[in-house]
Amino acid sequence: MHIVVCIKQVPDSAQIRVHPVTNTIMRQGVPAIVNPYDLFSLEEALRLKDEYGGRVTVLSMGPPQAEAALRKAISFGADDAILVTDRAFAGSDTLATSFALASAIQKIHEDMPVDIVFAGKQTIDGDTAQVGPGIAKRMDLQLLTYVSSITDLDLENREITLHRRAEGGVQVLKTSLPCLITMLEGTNEMRFATLPNMFRAARYPLKQWDKDAAGITDVSKIGLKGSPTIVSKVFAPQPKTIPAEIIDCESKQPKDLAVTLLAKMFTKFPNLHEDIAKANA
Amino acid sequence: MSEETEKDAPKKPAGRRKFELDPRLASYKGVWVFVEHERGVAHTVSWELMGEGRKLADKLGVPLAGVVMGAPGIQTRRFCEEAFHYGADLCYLMEDPLMADYRNQPFTKGLTDLVNAYQPEILLLGATTLGRDLAGSVATTLQTGLTADCTELNIDMENRSLAATRPTFGGSLLCTIVTLNYRPQMATVRPRVMSLPKPDMTRTGSIVEHALGMTESEIVTKVLEYIPDNLQGKPQLPFADIIVAGGRGMKRPENFQLIWDLAKVLGAEVGATRPIVQAGWVELDRQVGQSGKTVRPKLYIAAGISGAIQHRVGMDASDVIIAINSDPNAPIFDFATYGIVGNAMTILPALTEAFRQQLATLKVAV
Repeated sequence: MHIVVCIKQVPDSAQIRVHPVTNTIMRQGVPAIVNPYDLFSLEEALRLKDEYGGRVTVLSMGPPQAEAALRKAISFGADDAILVTDRAFAGSDTLATSFALASAIQKIHEDMPVDIVFAGKQTIDGDTAQVGPGIAKRMDLQLLTYVSSITDLDLENREITLHRRAEGGVQVLKTSLPCLITMLEGTNEMRFATLPNMFRAARYPLKQWDKDAAGITDVSKIGLKGSPTIVSKVFAPQPKTIPAEIIDCESKQPKDLAVTLLAKMFTKFPNLHEDIAKANA
Repeated sequence: MSEETEKDAPKKPAGRRKFELDPRLASYKGVWVFVEHERGVAHTVSWELMGEGRKLADKLGVPLAGVVMGAPGIQTRRFCEEAFHYGADLCYLMEDPLMADYRNQPFTKGLTDLVNAYQPEILLLGATTLGRDLAGSVATTLQTGLTADCTELNIDMENRSLAATRPTFGGSLLCTIVTLNYRPQMATVRPRVMSLPKPDMTRTGSIVEHALGMTESEIVTKVLEYIPDNLQGKPQLPFADIIVAGGRGMKRPENFQLIWDLAKVLGAEVGATRPIVQAGWVELDRQVGQSGKTVRPKLYIAAGISGAIQHRVGMDASDVIIAINSDPNAPIFDFATYGIVGNAMTILPALTEAFRQQLATLKVAV
């Protein structure tokens, strides 16, 4: 069995700051990490490999420094890693990105047939959740998003059974390989890197593919040209600022502050009485 | 997966020179809203979108349509009626037993076929598990632009294009995205981001039926079972009228009990900021903000929450906000209705007691 896992290197969004004057992202000092959602898919792929054998190839598209993310994946136990990197990809939106990745997976498939493609549910920087479905449609793979568990894999009949989170419930689905799966967060826990794998990751001769190596001939489908969406404006949120009415009283005692607040609030918003009564019912 | 370049500093500002739409795309007219439903109930995000869609359609001077897909029966017709009440002029209805459950393949084909046959210029879907699965598939099949999780939708009147604004980099920045020379222009919006319009029960509209044209043997994925969620005890923040939430200012997990105590007196749901959820003090379903739930309660009590933009985007549509924070310069005091500068650990019990007494007198009065 051959599994491809698509991962992305992202800036740790929890640590991103915006320059107060220029409204641009201050990248200095913000650590680059493997998109956390991708790790649930990578772990699931490694579990399938543990149980059924086979190989796990990790694939990423990004600048040359994204190889750090791929080495991280090798340290967790992935077998091979390919970085698709080319200046021609600059400015790609999700449609162009899914085209480039689908081309690369097709190329990988020609060397060693691919049975399952995993992708993250979404990224923490773009948050679009569109690249997984995009790859599936381009490669005509069965699309299975928000998967919470894989209950059965029948390699002989090439069938897979799994649980998928739907609105208001869980679908138990059975489908055929090849397929593309995005895992729901919190469904598994990434293993620790072993010492031998860490050594292997450090020495691994990582493959870098440019657009030609990834089998891309139609340059109108990648980069800015291949991207229907255009960013027309980037700006810092400027939400309304109507300062709060600060509750104060002579005693400054919590009890008096609370009573003052309630008196003011229920006078100005008498309907809240009814709302609270309703919530309590 | 390199959307990051898309979010970087603007590369080429659009609309600087006069834009001419490809004449082949000029026939794309009208605004569509995909009506999502599960187990016989329409998702309210569809009606929230219908309200937004109405505004866009009016600006463009074009009709607003709902798209209803599902198994034949009285329910699909009822969803069309509801769509009219919430502002649709017409509905495209696709009925087929193959669409009894959501499956990507038939729904992608169905919606793609409808778009190709009737050519809308704008197509909106809810950013739910179903909507995101379907929107990404349909946009790729149609090779058009899709903007996810928008917080504001508008029409750029200069070129009649959809200007879709969305947060990026975890809400630190906003960007406005346009899809100029591709149709339809697609966007998703998360539940509760837009307000629910008032339905007009007298409104009616016309229904256009279209067949799916598929057989079960063509559909690879089979639904073996559907296990409905047990909602008992599950937090339902997006629809709560009252929420008491805590942030890092609560300092220690045991202090969070004060939040629960107040919530109990008010019959409220308990919410939290991302650090609290990450620390495991409360479950993920209680996270409010950019990477959690969007809420619009009547009353939101924020204790020990600084009011960072990532939290604010999820809750600033609340009617009344009470903020308790020891830092008088906390950003939450810039937009809360009422503020108390002080230690949440002493203010919260006092507030709980004051509400308890208030409610007791209320009961006597009734």
